[in-house]
Amino acid sequence: MSVVELKNVTKTFARGNTIALQGIDLAIEAGEFVSLIGPSGCGKSTLLRTIGDLIQPTSGTIVVNGKPAQQARRDRDYGIVFQDPVLYDWRTVAKNIALPLEMLGWDRTRRAKRVQEMTELVELTGFEGHHPYQLSGGMQQRVSIARALSFSPALLLMDEPFGALDEMTRERLNTELLQIWQETGSTIVFVTHSIAEAVFLSTRVVVMSARPGRIAELIEVDLKQPRTQETREDPRYFELVTAVREALARGGADKITEEALVAGDET
Amino acid sequence: MTRRVTNQLPALVVFALGLVAWEWVFSPLAGKFLLPKPSAIATAFWHNRQLLSDAGWFTFKEALGGFVFGSAGGIVVAIVLARWRKVGEAVMPYAIAVNAIPIIAFAPITNAWFGPLNPHSKWAIAGILCFFPVLVNTLRGLTSVRPESIELMSSYAASQFEVFRRVRIPSALPFIFTGLKVGTVLAMIGAIVGDYFGGSTRALGVQIENSISLFDFPFGWAAIVVASAFGIVFYLAVGAAERLSVRGVPSTGD
Amino acid sequence: MRPLLRRAALLVVVLAALWGIWEGWHWIGTQFKLTWPFTVDDVTMPHLHRIVQALFQPAQVNGPWLLTILWHASLFTAKESIVGLAIGGVVGFAIAVVLSQSRLVERGFIPYIVASQTIPLLAIAPMVVIGLGTKGVTDWVSVAILAAYLTFFPVTINALRGLQSADPRAVELMHSYAASRWRILWKLRVPASLPYFFSAFRIAAPLSIVGAIISEPAASIQGGLGGAIVNFNQYYSIEPQELWATNLIAALLGITFFSAVVIAERAVVRRAPENVA
Repeated sequence: MSVVELKNVTKTFARGNTIALQGIDLAIEAGEFVSLIGPSGCGKSTLLRTIGDLIQPTSGTIVVNGKPAQQARRDRDYGIVFQDPVLYDWRTVAKNIALPLEMLGWDRTRRAKRVQEMTELVELTGFEGHHPYQLSGGMQQRVSIARALSFSPALLLMDEPFGALDEMTRERLNTELLQIWQETGSTIVFVTHSIAEAVFLSTRVVVMSARPGRIAELIEVDLKQPRTQETREDPRYFELVTAVREALARGGADKITEEALVAGDET
Repeated sequence: MTRRVTNQLPALVVFALGLVAWEWVFSPLAGKFLLPKPSAIATAFWHNRQLLSDAGWFTFKEALGGFVFGSAGGIVVAIVLARWRKVGEAVMPYAIAVNAIPIIAFAPITNAWFGPLNPHSKWAIAGILCFFPVLVNTLRGLTSVRPESIELMSSYAASQFEVFRRVRIPSALPFIFTGLKVGTVLAMIGAIVGDYFGGSTRALGVQIENSISLFDFPFGWAAIVVASAFGIVFYLAVGAAERLSVRGVPSTGD
Repeated sequence: MRPLLRRAALLVVVLAALWGIWEGWHWIGTQFKLTWPFTVDDVTMPHLHRIVQALFQPAQVNGPWLLTILWHASLFTAKESIVGLAIGGVVGFAIAVVLSQSRLVERGFIPYIVASQTIPLLAIAPMVVIGLGTKGVTDWVSVAILAAYLTFFPVTINALRGLQSADPRAVELMHSYAASRWRILWKLRVPASLPYFFSAFRIAAPLSIVGAIISEPAASIQGGLGGAIVNFNQYYSIEPQELWATNLIAALLGITFFSAVVIAERAVVRRAPENVA
């Protein structure tokens, strides 16, 4: 059964009559790691938000776990990680991770146990009592991931989660994210600007083009699991990076990007 | 601890130098009407310490009553306006306009409403003065939450109540305290001006007025110092409450 | 033009609603003899139409309209306030420049600058007026100086924040040119602080009126709005609408000052959009 099923999803923004998404059809199976990649302004963040029911599509249907997206949101089927960690400064690391658990009505002991598991998972043991501003950007993002995973949502939505981090932190977190994905068996939809990141992480890359935002190509990533540093040196990895780059070029990415940079991203 | 002492050292040095300069330079230059010497003021305070501290406490209570009601009202109305944004957006320009009104001019009217000897007359003017800055600051705090924070709560299917409880109100706290700190000063001013337009002889404002009409300036200044001291302690108390409740947020300083 | 029309309509609706609330409360209060929170009658809450009417009637027999009197009082108070605002602006900025030169100086003086605002202006006003009077300063100038005592504060705080808001990289760039302290101040820090002045003056302009109104009675000045308030307060039990009308005019003066700053800000900001904070 598909975890996510999009049928003919279109989204237009009233202001400026821009067509952010047009005729999106996409099915995501359980346990997949799907990346959305495309130039600025191609609507990839909008697409992620419509899957998460943070934005409602103008037309088309979105089914998540066999339910309408809104019902899935009410059932707390989503974990979300933004580019900005969006941690609450007034809460400690432990309490930030426990936030969704509080809202689900978990009792204190159950919350404490899960927070402990989560800090171990993202390797932040010992930092439970720290406040977000005492952590580095990479550590903050790990807290954000732990928070998103804490209640074991069926679907993890990630909007350029490592976009603001330096290259080395980014690569380390990429590897950690893959470990977490394999340990938890969750389904992940991942928005990124980086071709290398998309290929390294995903089982499938969705290449999007802009104006209007639509799916240009789907590329299966058949690199073997588990992926490690050696994967980045695999000839097949380079072939796939090239394939995604060419797909982006065919979608008119290079022409669009500059224009979009001037106009500003839709997110 | 030592860091706190060194942090406050410059202020203490300025205080000492200021007193010396006041006693031996400014006061002789300005003449005893404008600026009596600190030693004269201290003497006047010492001779009237009971009277002045009682009067200060009396006026402080007037200010506190107004502060409590005015601030609570400001916070509640701000929450209502933040919950129903359309109303809030429509009302905001008027709240800002009212902020530009010399509200203090209504002190004689609140005296007429409640009777000058009724402490409620001072509560009213002090409360109205506090209300608007607290309202405007709180509303700004409640509505300047980053959109991702709200999206996060929305992804948990959080109710409006939960969004307020867990995001809007905690992130508005520093703004609320900025408003409250402004409110402490305004509440004291409101109470004293209210006293000026008629109040109990036990009130500080009335004491100041009488001393001036008798040309007893050292006593007047001693009363002013008492008023200022109560104002500063009030301000610092709210600041301390802020540090206790806004934990984990690095001090922004204002 | 459309949005302007809508805003005007909204203003009318809001004013009508306020009128309705006032008169409604007056009616309920008198009908049910409310004593909480205060007794409602024609003295505590005069009818709004009587307040407006009072403006177009002589305050004294054969005298000019109340509106005429209040118009002159407003001009007088406005004069004090504008001078006070100018003094407060210059002094406040000068203090900010001094404080911005050293962290140590800032830490030494800021607590007292904050504390200065806890001193009740009303209390020091008589002494300042008498004291400056012995030095030959005209009463209304003394009131302006007292108004400046309130207005310098937001100017100092905002200007200091503005002076410190200069991009540190730009400061480093100036250092790389071996620019002097003064050059950095005038070429970099002062321009960076300009947008902050408007937020300061939006607070300071109405405050200067508050300062003038509070100080006038203490200085026994009759000509301004503060004097008018003291004067009409004495007749409140007979002619409450006159004090209310005076406060109405004072409110309009406050809003006028505030709007003047906002309009000036818009005019300047349009010319230099890159300066918007």
